[in-house]
Formats: sequence, C-alpha cells, structure tokens
Amino acid sequence: MPPSPSPRSGSGGPPASTVELVVNGRSRTVRLDNRTSLLDALREELRLTGSKKGCDHGQCGACTVLLDGRRVNSCLVLAVAASGRPVTTVEGLAAGDRLHPVQQAFLDRDAYQCGYCTPGQICSAVGVLAEAAAGWPSAVTPPGRDGADGSVAGLDAAEVRERMSGNICRCGAYANIVPAVLDAAAATAGAGADGSDGGAVGARS
Amino acid sequence: MTGTVAAPSTEQTAEQTGGRTSAPAHRVEGREKVTGRAHYAYEYPVDEVAYAWAVCADVPHGRVRHVDVDAAMGLPGVLAVLWHGNAPRMASTGDAMQDQLQSDRVHFRGEVVAVVVATTAEQAREVAGLVRVDYATEPHRSVLTEDDPSLYRPEQLNAGIPTTSEMGDPDAAFERSEVRVDEVYRTPGLHNNAMEPHATTAVWTDDRVTLWDSNQGSTPVRDAVCQVFELPRDRVRVVSTHVGGGFGSKGTPRPQVVLAVLAARHVGRPVRMALTRQQMFALVGYRTPTIQRVRLGADRTGRLQVIDHRAVVQTATHQEFAEQVGVATRVMYAARHRRTDHHVAVLDVPIPSWMRAPGECPGMYALESAMDELAVRLGMDPVELRIRNEPATDPERGTPFSSRNLVACLRRGADLVGWADRDPRPRSRREGEWWIGTGVASSTYPAYASPASASATAHPDGGYTVRVNATDIGTGARTALLVLAAEALGAARDRVRILIGDSDLPEAGVAGGSMGTASWGWAVTKVCAALRAELEDRFPDGPAEDLTVQASTEEDLQDRADVTRQAFGAQFATVRVSDVTGEIRLDRMVGVFAAGRIVNPVTARSQFLGGMTMGVGMALLEEGVMDAAFGDYANHDLATYHVPVNADIRDIHVEWIDEHDEQVNPMGTKGIGEIGIVGAAAAVANAVHHATGIRVRSLPVHLEDVASWAR
Repeated sequence: MPPSPSPRSGSGGPPASTVELVVNGRSRTVRLDNRTSLLDALREELRLTGSKKGCDHGQCGACTVLLDGRRVNSCLVLAVAASGRPVTTVEGLAAGDRLHPVQQAFLDRDAYQCGYCTPGQICSAVGVLAEAAAGWPSAVTPPGRDGADGSVAGLDAAEVRERMSGNICRCGAYANIVPAVLDAAAATAGAGADGSDGGAVGARS
Repeated sequence: MTGTVAAPSTEQTAEQTGGRTSAPAHRVEGREKVTGRAHYAYEYPVDEVAYAWAVCADVPHGRVRHVDVDAAMGLPGVLAVLWHGNAPRMASTGDAMQDQLQSDRVHFRGEVVAVVVATTAEQAREVAGLVRVDYATEPHRSVLTEDDPSLYRPEQLNAGIPTTSEMGDPDAAFERSEVRVDEVYRTPGLHNNAMEPHATTAVWTDDRVTLWDSNQGSTPVRDAVCQVFELPRDRVRVVSTHVGGGFGSKGTPRPQVVLAVLAARHVGRPVRMALTRQQMFALVGYRTPTIQRVRLGADRTGRLQVIDHRAVVQTATHQEFAEQVGVATRVMYAARHRRTDHHVAVLDVPIPSWMRAPGECPGMYALESAMDELAVRLGMDPVELRIRNEPATDPERGTPFSSRNLVACLRRGADLVGWADRDPRPRSRREGEWWIGTGVASSTYPAYASPASASATAHPDGGYTVRVNATDIGTGARTALLVLAAEALGAARDRVRILIGDSDLPEAGVAGGSMGTASWGWAVTKVCAALRAELEDRFPDGPAEDLTVQASTEEDLQDRADVTRQAFGAQFATVRVSDVTGEIRLDRMVGVFAAGRIVNPVTARSQFLGGMTMGVGMALLEEGVMDAAFGDYANHDLATYHVPVNADIRDIHVEWIDEHDEQVNPMGTKGIGEIGIVGAAAAVANAVHHATGIRVRSLPVHLEDVASWAR
C-alpha cells in the first residue's frame, strides 16, 4: 500500500501520512510524521526496540534490518518509503523458541558483549548468508569469481570480515563474530532455506 | 577459517588450569540480547512519553545572552524550551557534567545550552535545530602544546594518584648512561564511543522519580540525582538492566541524566533523552591528547639506570581531569634513578574523562615504544631487555608484588609467535610489495577492589536469589557473578538467580577500574558462603520459608597487607606495510595475560579480545582532530572518527597464565577489562618500525608516515 499523505493543515501540525508497516509477517497501518525513519517507526510506534540506534546516520549498522529481504540501515530509510514492503527485524528471526542459526551461533561463540550492536550484526549476517548464496561478490571476491554465473565460492573468513564491516562493534567481538557467521553458514548450507523469515535476497512483495 | 581465535564453543566443559578456572558459562542474558528482547535505557515502555533534545553551543568560549524561547514554543508539539534563563537553580554535585543549564557561561563548543522537549522525537530534533541562541563570544585556545602558558602541576592526578615521583638523581644518571633514549611521543584525543548513546528515560510518579539509564553504576547515578534535586534516597530509583558499553564514559552521570529528570518534572510527563552520536564527542568525556617525553638510560648490558617519564595533558577550564599517564612507569621496570611527572594545560575544550585504562593506556604506549627504541640502540632483543629489567619488588614503593608474571607472559607469547626465528634487523622481511614486521610490548593494570554489599536468599524450593547492584556493560559481570555465587553456595548454576543493575539492590560500586568482579564478586562470595553456613547449621533439610543473609566487604578491604597488586601481560603484533601505498595491515596479534584467576573463560576471552581490538584502533585508526579555529573535535561522528571494523581485525589469539594469588581477594581475581588495551598500540607501532625501519612517535600511525611516496 502506498503511503497516503495529508496536506499541511492550517493549524500547522507536522505533515503526516498513513503508512502500512509490514514487519515480521504482520501488517499494521499507522499514522506517521513524514520525517519518521523506519528505525524510529519500529522502535517508537511498534515498540520493536530490538533494532538499535547507534548513530542515526548510517555509519554504525546497529539499526540493520532486512527490507524486501535485503539488509538496509533502517535509520536511513523513511518509514513512508517502506510502506507495504516486508521488513524483518531481529525479533522476527527465531521460530518460536528455536533460534535462527545465526542467533544460535552468536550465543555459542560469545560473538557479542554489550549486545547493543548485536541485533544489527545478526540481521546483517542473515543478509550476508543470503547474498553469498545468491552469488553476490564482495570487494574481496577474486576476479573471475564475481558471481555473475553464481559461481562465488563459499564464505571464508576474509569474505565474512569484508561483508560484515558495515556493522561496528565497539566491544571488539569481531574475532568471535567471524567464526559465528561461518558456523551459521555451515549450519544453513545444504539445508536450503531455514524456515525463518529472513533468508531471501530478492524482493518478496 | 584461518586459525583466528580459539573461540569458545558450547562443548567446552572442563578447564585446563588445575581446577582454579571455572567451567565456562555463556551469558545469562544471551538469549535476550540475540533476540532483541533486552531493553536498554531508552527502550522501556512508557506511555505519554515526551522527547528531549539538546541544543549545543556553537561557540567554544563565551556566554549565552539569550535563547528565543517564544518562537520555539509557538511550534506544534513543543512542550518546553529550557535554558539557564528559565531553568530552576539546582544543587551542585561538584561535577560539571551534572551542572546543567545553571550558568550563562559557555566553556566549550558543544556544551548544552538549552533543551527542547516535544511530543515527538522528530519535532524535538527539528526545533532544537531552529532555536536561536544569542552568544557573546570570547577568544579561545583549544590546541594542546607542550609549552602552553597555562601548564601547571595538579595537586593530584585522577583517582588521587600522586602527581610526581622521583628517586635518585635522574638527570645526572641520564647524562652518565652509556646508551640513551630521549624521545617525545604523542597520542591524540580519543573518544570512547560506546555503541549505545548515553540515554535516560525519566518517569516521575508523585514525588518519586524512576530512571532507566545507561551507566556503569546506578548507585552513583541515584546519589547524584538525589543531590541535584534534593531528594532522599528512597525517592529515586535507577534501573540499568542492560548497558550498551561504556569504556569509562558512563562512569558517572553524564548531562542527559539531570536534563531528562529536569525536563520530565517540568512538563509533567515521562521524558526520554538520548545524546546523538555527534553530541557524544563533546559531552561524555574522552581521553585527553598526551605529549610524553621519555628518557631511558642503560648500561651496555641493557640494565636500566634511569627511567624518566613526563607527561602533558589537557583539561577543561571549569573542571580538572588530570590523567595519570605516568602511573604504569612506576611499577614496570627496575632502575635506581627515576622520575614521573605530569603537567596539565587548561583549554577551552570539552571535559576529558576516563577512557579504558586511563593513564596506563597512553603511558604504556610511550614507555613501551621507548623500550623498543632502547633495544634497537643496544642491539638487544626487546623481549630480553624487558626480562633483564624485571624488578624483584615494586620499584618505587618497595613493596612485594602479590604476584607478577610478566616474564612468563613474554616467554609464552614469544613461543606462540616464533619470536626466536625473528630477524631483529628492521626492514628485513619482504613479501611482494609488503614489508613485514613483528613487535612486542608489555601490559599492566592494577588489581583494585571497592567495597560492596550483597544479599543472598535461599528459597524453600531449593533455589537461590543473589542481589548486588553490579552493572553489566557487556563485560559478562552478570554471568561471572552467577558462577561465583553457585560455587560459594555449592549449588548448580541453574538454581541460582542473580539480580543486578538496580539502585534498589544492595549498594555496590561502578563497573570501572577493572574491579567489578573483584568488588562485587567478593561481596557475593562472602554472602553466599554465609548463607551456606547458615543453611548447614540451622536448616540442613532446607528452609521452610525464604532465608536471607546480607554482607558487606567494607571491613575486609580496610585490613589488607601492603603489597602491590597488579596484573601483567605481553602483546605481540605482526603487521605488513605496503611499499607502494603505505597501507598498514595487522596480520596477527597475540596477547598473553597474567591476571589472577579467570572466573569465566568465555567472557574473559572476549574482554581481552575487545581491549586488544580497541588498542589496534588506537594504533592505526583513532584520532580526534582538534580544529583550532572552531575549538571543536572536527571529526565527531563514526564516518570520520574511525574505530576498527571487522576487516581491520584478522587473527587475534588470547591466552592467560594461571595465577593463584590469595592476596588480591578471596577469589584470586585481578580484573581484565582494561589490560587488553594497555601496550597494544605500542606492540603495533613497534611492529611497524620492525617492518619499515620507520619510527612513528605520534599516534595513530598514518600511511603517509610510512609510504615511500610520501617521503
């Protein structure tokens, strides 16, 4: 559903729109100030505070969610621009009590400390697994394996480090995040889709 | 996967170190953190909440003449605009970070001059940008130099540490020394940058206020709010269940605490307030830049005759923070003639404060770089040089060390990196375009403890609840305390519940100074042992109703032997430097630490890794650039102030030496939160020298320092 704007009223209320937020498989229609970022809509309107605000400028990655199955910094997306498009947040990854393989791997590897960057790291890693499975190259993928024909080799440590570098962890858990993502890659490899909401790269409208 | 890190896995159950190390425990709150259910300060569900946004000074020095409140109040959704002209006068704690909107003075660019409160965050933010502030500006000086006219010697340094120390005749001894180093080392302003911005949710109910706040200790936050708002303790509660890192910057209440409480009281609604990432660079403290002159004199066998370490740091005009840069130099190496000294420049800059290992971190960069330079001038192995100058007792106080295993750390680290095969000559190893080198540095950090109280309750169902106002800022404190409690109770870990992060719990000190586990764990161990004894005495079959015991370590701490308690470590770094571009890559880092008993190997390893990673940032990336014209750290966001990202960190290996030290505390722990950053930058810079033959004495090492095209 496209957002429906309302003209600025004479009394001067901030311009607002009716927006359909489709988050973790559930749709809600809300009235939002047009300036609201997707991150603030999630946190303040839907009270899904798993997505974190670390910088509000797309510089730290703590707000990473999957939009149309692809990772985005939700602080840089206006909520009105996400209207009607599927969003997956960290709250939508586990299937009931069963954690997503990436979540389980972060627990097992102690791939976090304070936990504030963790939801973004985890959503980002889910995106990385899907991107690699779809054959997308990274900046360190050797020439000739650029994925044009889906021939990108499996993720290795160098690939994970590169692809996860948009998510800052000030506690310095990188050395544990890399094996966690590789564990999750191994756990999901061959098993195909893991059944959770966050596995795909392509648009699912 | 390359052999990066010996990351713990769930299968790991027993330990390698003679039973003193506990079985590893994964984080108690881990599931909450990986599912997004862990609530941080800004996130507690509150109805009818309003949002506060800070307006910060555009000038570095002067005063606020007027704030145009009326224009802002006419905008929709605006509930209040507070500035010193209309804010109530409040009591002072003596800490300028809590004196908010109390004066017209602007002491530094970025200081809070007004706060906008509005019904939405979007509106508060926009209006904060529209509020017109009229300033009377005055001249400013914001750049630290070693000959600043304001330099003075403070009465004492941070934490009450003496400003100077001197033994023998360092000047004459230096002149007599056969081999000498006399160099100046510089470190820039460094910013803590915890991932969770400083945030407070404040809710008044009748005459009581509850704060959900991001801090390193909610007892001091409560006490500060009581003081400023003149409230008795039972009317203020501060909850800090989860805290997104601190690294020193949340050790005491930062400006948003007082402002949120004030705003909530003023508008009669709950208020959320978070500082922006940009505001954090001025408002929450940072590590002062340092200028350090180190003089080392040795005989030809490498025995130090003199160690002279003098530091220049900066502070703000309205509050002194004098970082104890030379403090580690007082315990590291033997030498008969010695001096440490500190001078502070008073500048129109934000208030510096604690950042991970204040003192030890910048000081050991300089000392350990100078030791490397001395080794080169002696033609001596830098590991051997350090071992040769190992003191038998504390070199300045003369007291014995409760334990000291620096040498064991150096030897083990040297084994791990194949040090014996290293060609000591700089610029001796090349692979393609890359020069490769390895460097070493020592680490140290004191083993402090502060008084704490705790309670433990035995329930009729066989379960236990342990209460202590500890704070887990990501250290794994909650989990380590659970391990200690279960051990002292003789109970399975899943029968013990640990409650922390709430000022209504038994009082305890901050998560700072690497003393959390020692301080809180001491109280927890004591109270759990007491409860266990009581149960065995009176209720061998278990209590019929809840049985609670309380304990404090206040007296235990007063009656301790006069020894020097200090953790040690050794760090080794391997770097490659491109001869073409000057790019510097960290190939490998190895840290070996002797830090007493390691309570929980899982989270301890993460602590060491994290400290070392931040040290790599200090060596190669992090640099607060002071703009002389504007009096501001120009690069005040994460796009321009670079902290390490995943691709900057490759292969890090952490180990520890098993230490049994009964003199630090009953658990034998020394603290591990800070030592990982100490020495890390020196190890990297020394590796850069070994790789390239170029000695860089100003951090971070820039590629133009080492690139052939730039020379």
